[in-house]
Amino acid sequence: MPDSSLDMKFRLDHGGFDLDIDQSLNLSGAMAVFGPSGAGKSSLLRAIAGLEPATGRIAFDGSVWQNHETGQYLRAHRRPIGMVFQDARLFPHLTVAGNLNYAIRRAQSQSLRDDVVDALDLQPLLDRRAQALSGGERQRVALGRTLLTQPRLLLLDEPLSSLDTDRKTDILPYLDVTLRSFGIPALYVTHSVEEVTQLCQQTLVMGGGRVHAVGPTAEILERLDLEPLTGRFEAGVLVNATVVGQDTRYHLTQIDVDGHRMTVPSTAPMQTGQDVRLRIRARDVSLALSMPSGLSIQNAIPGTVTEIVTDADSAFAEVVIDLGHAHLRSRVTRKSVDQMKLQNGLPVFALIKSASFDHSES
Amino acid sequence: MLDWGPILLTAKLAAVTTLVLLVLGVPMAWWLATTRSRLKPFLEAFTALPLVLPPTVLGFYLLILLSPASTFGGFWVDVIGTTLTFSFIGLVIASVFYSLPFMVQPLQTAFEAVGRGPMEAAASLGATRLDAFFTVAVPLSLRGFVSACVLTFAHTVGEFGVVLMVGGNIPGRTQVISIAIYEHVETLRYAEAHMLSAGLLVFSFAVLLLVYSINRRFPIHAG
Repeated sequence: MPDSSLDMKFRLDHGGFDLDIDQSLNLSGAMAVFGPSGAGKSSLLRAIAGLEPATGRIAFDGSVWQNHETGQYLRAHRRPIGMVFQDARLFPHLTVAGNLNYAIRRAQSQSLRDDVVDALDLQPLLDRRAQALSGGERQRVALGRTLLTQPRLLLLDEPLSSLDTDRKTDILPYLDVTLRSFGIPALYVTHSVEEVTQLCQQTLVMGGGRVHAVGPTAEILERLDLEPLTGRFEAGVLVNATVVGQDTRYHLTQIDVDGHRMTVPSTAPMQTGQDVRLRIRARDVSLALSMPSGLSIQNAIPGTVTEIVTDADSAFAEVVIDLGHAHLRSRVTRKSVDQMKLQNGLPVFALIKSASFDHSES
Repeated sequence: MLDWGPILLTAKLAAVTTLVLLVLGVPMAWWLATTRSRLKPFLEAFTALPLVLPPTVLGFYLLILLSPASTFGGFWVDVIGTTLTFSFIGLVIASVFYSLPFMVQPLQTAFEAVGRGPMEAAASLGATRLDAFFTVAVPLSLRGFVSACVLTFAHTVGEFGVVLMVGGNIPGRTQVISIAIYEHVETLRYAEAHMLSAGLLVFSFAVLLLVYSINRRFPIHAG
């Protein structure tokens, strides 16, 4: 799938709140848009969609959607975007089929209908009234309706945030499959780390109406300087690893991280040689100065301290450990930092109490 | 003996007025429901004027506006050849002003209840504004449309003061039911007055019953 480019340089004055974007994005697959409330994430999507009149320039794959210098402004209905709103916004006077047909008629093509109905499992819902659906069903229909317009860019504005955890778990696989199989680049606003790590290979961090960082999700999650903005993430890292063996008796999987062996609990069958991603939370990583023995912890990996962030208002410090290519983050008390005389360049052993597999393939 | 002339004339006047107001009132109500303009309160106040003004005030100024001596009335005589005062067209113009709030206000409320959400969704699906208006806003505010039309029709049927001042009392041309009742009472023909009055009473009750029943049976919740 070739990358799409989204070039933005615009301002949006929103009564005291000011969005100021100057960013070019190469999009392939889903990119998370992440940041605290009021960071301007929704406004960014709405400006791209043409629902908020921003001043400046927005171009997608070479075609200009708006340019205030030439006075060009493509209205929302003429931009090849598909927007999924937090509240689904199905048309309550129509059935599910009616909602889908609304999109089909305006796209003047129903070539995708069967694929979309299959992918999102909409067949049993077609005759139902939009109002009679559950929250998760609504979002599935909304996503399907949007896909039927054959958009070239999907804008997903917290599509799962109004759902409870069970519903989210139900719909996440649909979203995942859909984003992959239809191959449409997406900007995905969310507060949830599960959604980011499962769905998005890239992450864009916003704060105060500006873009602060863009990059691969794993790298962004590790950056301590972004923590005030990504604070809603539970501190941790994503680590790429390879499966080297599985012990079905103890339900343990052996993996290789940068040449180091780790053992991770897993009941799901995995192939030797399979690439996986692990999510390791900072609070599940302790540090030792020498290789310990007699511990219940299975995993002790040698590494080097590369960064220590302390906060005088907190009892804790965050330590970044370099394993060669991958990084770990460890949450220890400031007292431990002083007692162990931790400093940059010091060799340590990272004791990993637990890790979980991240099931999105990168 | 029931004289059908005033009844048919009244029905015709109310129907034409409702149609004209539908054409004028829908864009006005949509603008009021969606605008952020500072002019909005001015149009809202103007629309509500007939609710508080005595019909004689409205009738007086309409009489001046429509009379052949005025610019508008004179222009009408030059082009069409007949005067607006004491004519059916004159009555329609007067009724349009008089019943304006009964068309605009229910529609505005209904459009406001639809809100921006569904319209933005429609736009993101590729619908032009006009397309979205007819395929999303109108169906979602159907209840408002029924209320607005029925109330406008009924209110026009019930008008008296403005009609009397602008149209007078010309049988077959401007003599509507309310005027006919007035004349019957003045000339002490109570039997005829009873027939028309009771008829109007029953009609008005039936219409209001219809409005409230429709609101109950088809609760279309926007949003």
